[in-house]
Amino acid sequence: MSAGRGRYRRRLFVNRFNLVMSLATMGFGMAFLLWILFVLFQQGFAALSPALLVQDTPPPGSAGGLRNAVVGSVLIVATATFISTPIGILAGVYLAEFGRGSWLAKATRFINDILLSAPSIVIGLFVYTVYVMQVSHFSGWAGSMALALIAIPVVVRTTENMLQLVPNSLREAAIALGAPMWKVIMLVTLKAVRGGVMTGVLLAVARVSGETAPLLFTALNNQFWSADMNAPMANLPVVIFQFAMSPYDDWKSLAWAGALLITLTVLVLNILARTVFRQTAVR
Amino acid sequence: METMVARPEVQKRSNDPAAPKIKIEGLDFFYGKFQGLKGIDFEVAEKRVTAFIGPSGCGKSTLLRTMNRMYSLYPGQRAEGRILLNGRNILDAGTDLNMLRAKVGMVFQKPTPFPMSIYDNIAFGVNLYESLSPRDMDERVEWALTKAAMWVEAKDKLKQSGMALSGGQQQRLCIARAVAVRPEVLLLDEPTSALDPISTAKIEELISELKADYTIAIVTHNMQQAARVSDYTAYMYLGELIEFGETDQIFLQPGRKETEDYITGRFG
Repeated sequence: MSAGRGRYRRRLFVNRFNLVMSLATMGFGMAFLLWILFVLFQQGFAALSPALLVQDTPPPGSAGGLRNAVVGSVLIVATATFISTPIGILAGVYLAEFGRGSWLAKATRFINDILLSAPSIVIGLFVYTVYVMQVSHFSGWAGSMALALIAIPVVVRTTENMLQLVPNSLREAAIALGAPMWKVIMLVTLKAVRGGVMTGVLLAVARVSGETAPLLFTALNNQFWSADMNAPMANLPVVIFQFAMSPYDDWKSLAWAGALLITLTVLVLNILARTVFRQTAVR
Repeated sequence: METMVARPEVQKRSNDPAAPKIKIEGLDFFYGKFQGLKGIDFEVAEKRVTAFIGPSGCGKSTLLRTMNRMYSLYPGQRAEGRILLNGRNILDAGTDLNMLRAKVGMVFQKPTPFPMSIYDNIAFGVNLYESLSPRDMDERVEWALTKAAMWVEAKDKLKQSGMALSGGQQQRLCIARAVAVRPEVLLLDEPTSALDPISTAKIEELISELKADYTIAIVTHNMQQAARVSDYTAYMYLGELIEFGETDQIFLQPGRKETEDYITGRFG
């Protein structure tokens, strides 16, 4: 009995110790996150002005906004999403529904995992070499290509994982009615996980909308208004990079505002993805 | 007048010889190297209910899944021998599997409603092989739901998701879905094992009604269920068909000791 009590006390202690340690670890991580967010909000909100979305990036020493960079970012990221979503979903469907256990699927999955963790600067250099150098100019298209290459593996991975969650019995039930495979996928399995797949796409958009390195080699930057995807294009990450490193206070303050814009966008996308996902998880 | 000793009348259900719908000859089945079925020979009678009983792992589900070639989805699984449906061997390489499955419907152990409305769940299978006018489709949906004893419950919520129904309703929806394509044969793989007794009773009633039009093969762990719903019963053990015959005979005078031990609960 007394030995039993000793064990019980020990277990209580171990339980408490682990709880304290995990809380401390969480606090450590949270502290930095909150610090970053605090400084960003403090500096960013101070730099917000009505001119931000109306005027273009200024030369040093004069007033301006980020209109061209915001529009450029939206165009580049939207095009990248447009390219990567169908490719990513189709590849994910192949991996989950057709290629089970085949060597081609194993190779594809392996390569996709490598792409998923490839440094984004390498992707930027790749597009620089195979596209920008060939056409001899930077462009919004090149930026979209680089971002699409980063987004595709994310979409492939989430689509495959989501489809693997579909119980095999559902697949068999559709096949047992005499449905051909493509109808089973389009009307049943993909439909069953469309929320999860959408979440994957949103997370991929969130991931690429903050990428800087691949855009440095591809879209470059543009100080003036331009909606021509075939020319160098302004975009938020590169503008932040350039302005934050500059010695001018007005540029620095614009960089803070841009950083706040991106962070809020990514935050909204993440929250959206999570709520969409929760809805499908319940069903 | 002498009183006779009360003895339950053995109903002579099948003096009328039913034609075989499916004829299985020398069927062997392999999961990779493992042999799941060994030299199965028997017939599934047309417009009758044939039940498969036996302990877990005896091969009864495997046998059922050969009759619509569901196993063909999985590389490494193969069947040898002959399975004749209307006289044609469905194991032949040239068999159109989608057409076969349209003729041989299947209902699974777990209810599997599709992520769409009740109406669309039923229309899904029908649309695969027929193009009906909206009016005819409405009629077909009503007909199938009526057949599955679901119409009264479902008629006011046809646009609701099939996944919002209770387990028993979902299973009857799945039966309606299978019936809606008007198959010739219906394979039921433990259709009531996940259901409560009331839903089970409804589905058993349904099976008895459906056999007027369909040939039914049912796998069940519930021996009373086999006795209640089936005309013929097959007892399987370790991939072999131990005994096959009319249900009354199997349950009242089993020919083999193993069968008797299993149905009396001394084994299994």
